Amino acid sequence: MKKKHLLTRTIIILVVTLVGLYLVIGPRRRPTLRDFTWSGIKATMANNIHLGLDLRGGSHLVMRVKTDEYLQRLTEEANVNAQNAAKDAGFEIKDGRAEISPGNLRVVLDVADPSKINEIKDAIDKKVELADKSVWTYSASGSQMSWTMSGTAQRVLADEATTQALTIIDRRINALGVTEPTLQLHGAKTAHQILLQMPGLDNPERVKDILKGESRLELVHVVGPPSPAPPTTYPTKEAAIQSLGGTIPANRDVLPYKEKTDPTKDPNQPVLTQWVVIERPAVITGDQLSGANAGQSQGGGVNDWEIDFRLKRSGAEKFGAWTTANVNNYMGVVLNNEVSSVAFIKSPIYDRGQITGRFSQTQAEDLALTLRSGALPAAIEYLEERTVGPSLGADSIRAGVRASLYGLAFVVFFMLIYYRGSGVNAVVALILNMILMLAGLIVFGATLTLPGIAGMILTIGMAVDSNVLIFERIREEIQSGKTIPSAVEQGFSRAFITIIDTHVTTIISSLFLFVFGTGPIRGFAVTLVIGLLVNLFSAVYVSKTIFIWLLSRKEKVESLSI
Amino acid sequence: MLRILHDINIDWLGRRREFIVASVLLMLVGLGSAVFRQATGGQAFNMGVDFKGGTVVTARFKQKPTDESIRAALTSKGIHDAVVQPVTDRPDTVLIKVPLEEGKDGRAQVRDALNTFGTEAAPDRELGADENANYKIVGTDAVGAIAGVQLRNKAIAVTLAALVGILVYIAFRFEWTYGAAAVIAVFHDVLVTLGFFSIFQIEISLNVIAALLTLVGFSVNDTIVVFDRVRENRKLHRRDSLYKITNDAINQTLSRTIITNGLVFLSVLALVLFGGDVLRGFSLALFIGVIFGTYSSVAIASPIMVWWEQRIEAANRQAALSFSQPVRGGVRTAAKPSTREAVAPSTGKRSTGAGRA
Repeated sequence: MKKKHLLTRTIIILVVTLVGLYLVIGPRRRPTLRDFTWSGIKATMANNIHLGLDLRGGSHLVMRVKTDEYLQRLTEEANVNAQNAAKDAGFEIKDGRAEISPGNLRVVLDVADPSKINEIKDAIDKKVELADKSVWTYSASGSQMSWTMSGTAQRVLADEATTQALTIIDRRINALGVTEPTLQLHGAKTAHQILLQMPGLDNPERVKDILKGESRLELVHVVGPPSPAPPTTYPTKEAAIQSLGGTIPANRDVLPYKEKTDPTKDPNQPVLTQWVVIERPAVITGDQLSGANAGQSQGGGVNDWEIDFRLKRSGAEKFGAWTTANVNNYMGVVLNNEVSSVAFIKSPIYDRGQITGRFSQTQAEDLALTLRSGALPAAIEYLEERTVGPSLGADSIRAGVRASLYGLAFVVFFMLIYYRGSGVNAVVALILNMILMLAGLIVFGATLTLPGIAGMILTIGMAVDSNVLIFERIREEIQSGKTIPSAVEQGFSRAFITIIDTHVTTIISSLFLFVFGTGPIRGFAVTLVIGLLVNLFSAVYVSKTIFIWLLSRKEKVESLSI
Repeated sequence: MLRILHDINIDWLGRRREFIVASVLLMLVGLGSAVFRQATGGQAFNMGVDFKGGTVVTARFKQKPTDESIRAALTSKGIHDAVVQPVTDRPDTVLIKVPLEEGKDGRAQVRDALNTFGTEAAPDRELGADENANYKIVGTDAVGAIAGVQLRNKAIAVTLAALVGILVYIAFRFEWTYGAAAVIAVFHDVLVTLGFFSIFQIEISLNVIAALLTLVGFSVNDTIVVFDRVRENRKLHRRDSLYKITNDAINQTLSRTIITNGLVFLSVLALVLFGGDVLRGFSLALFIGVIFGTYSSVAIASPIMVWWEQRIEAANRQAALSFSQPVRGGVRTAAKPSTREAVAPSTGKRSTGAGRA
């Protein structure tokens, strides 16, 4: 036994213990008297340790950006735009379609005159995004032209859509004033998932609705004879398609229209859905918005709100020109592919408009918020939602702490009875292990979750195992006739090999849990890894120092309480 | 000195047949339960919402209606197959499980039904603080179909990856036969535990998977303690057979095995009894796992390791007898004899990590 190291060892242990204690129960400000009371210590601990949502309460949402739908929409738009561009240039397109199957997106046009293919291509290239060679691969055979979206472009566009959705969601939660939100990409990059955690918020229904709002706003031309004839609507989709001759041409679309009814009527009464034919592409899209606000409709009831929006300068110019040319025609405001209002154009409109509908104040304000924050490039769907109220979290903490304390108390009792004097070593090591484990969680900024508490209980098990391994070995060495100091030395060095092996295997499996696991399982892995690392210090180094100190007190040691 | 066991000399390996037969029977019973339940229209495992998808709502009441009336309220709102489960340590709280329904929000559905019993407390207020309210939804777990499959696949992948990691580490520190034996023993523990979950239809949640992984760690832990002693004894007693050495190692570490696992067992028991309902599945999985983890390091891992090592030694001896001919195939074991020292019968030579020899 090397006695000369005793002082160094003691200092190291004292410093580590004090730093650990400060990290766990020390307030991060000038201490007051209250910080030394039990309730004060509890409050400081709750403040220092970063508690997971399952313990402190909050919401955990995982959503997926529907990038497949986004790519599909891009392809369909390209198809419509290409046909329109060709027709505008005076070429005849016999048939055009967007061919969509998983992973395979294609725009195909059949032209009437194959000899003009190159001229048609030029006309399309001038106006349509299909010209972008990094996205679309063009090929022609006979009378058929086709553009295929490359796999790389699909990936890039889908990733871009996800990043953009993340930005827009971030804007929306900031506008909502959610406190301390965590927003990040979730899982594999190809999964296009977003994780949102909102501590303290245990009823996320409104947030969910706001985040989900695609808010794709379009101002379109509603096809039909001009005013004073009423706007042309159809009772069914089929009837609307019939009016177009059985198929929907590229520059037309059929959309549902829920007509605004008198808001004083029973709101539960089903709203009549009609169908209208609109012109594609839209005159103005949502990216031309410069602002949106909720306001009460003129002459409407308390529950009759509308959204007033303003257009950017470029949008206003375009809109002004179009409305000037279309006075007395009907225009429609389309929100997420649903017509929310139809109005005839009395005089040119430039930069302002309204979305009217049967909105309540909250609905109108939420819609204005989502419009301001920008449209989501693609719809999102919720994959996972976990909420925990603060009271439920407190219950879990209580149960976890109680279980840990019972476990700890039992272990302490047994070790003292069974190993007597040396049992004190084990108890010191165990308590130090608990303190340093919490300190470790704080240092690494890790989160303590409910499974994390379970991990702590298991660490108690592993920590006791180290002590038992060492003590049993020392007993064995004493029995085989070694002197006490050499038995202690041998016991530690032999048991140490085993302890390392057992710890490394558990840490390896925990690391897998940490790297690949999700939420609660990660919390479990973190505490276990930290606890095991700390244990190498507390169960081996500290316990051995206590033995060195015990043995150094006498010249010749005849017996050991073990 | 207080001692539980001393100078024991039990021939553990002599009973390997009984042990293995017992384990195989246990696994068969579990498998039988899973197959039988699946075949008779039931579910092999009681998968929680984490893996099956669906919503669990935790609702707390001032005046809790009976479970039957809650179920009736849910049915009247068109939610069928809902499970209403009381919480043992909180009589004012129930768990309501709603199956996955396309395009519907489980939480909103349940709230709709619960409104028949009074209003919900305001979002930013506790139940006690809101006088007009009768209940509050204090927790939800909603998992969609995609996430469920994703979580399940991830759980399986993580478990397998962790096992491979353990196998590689033990192979590196000991021999690959030791690693394989430890991993087989762990597989056994996981399968037996899953069998219990199938028989008693205990719900399998993400937390249960965490428990299974912990049990993997613990079981390997026990096995390593024994193998470590085997490695040490092989150096000390070169003349002894592996059979005797392993038996001795198990006996020497037996008191540690009993003390440690007894203590762990009791901490887990504390978790089962006082850990609350949220951790119940987790605690139960560990509870069963600790028992079988202890058993398997003695009864499964050690016999397999000895049997395997003996086969390899026998093969090596054969190879050594026909020393004049180069050794290629022809040896019946799956092991690559050429990488091992073909020197028989002195087994002691490869007592320290002959995998590197």
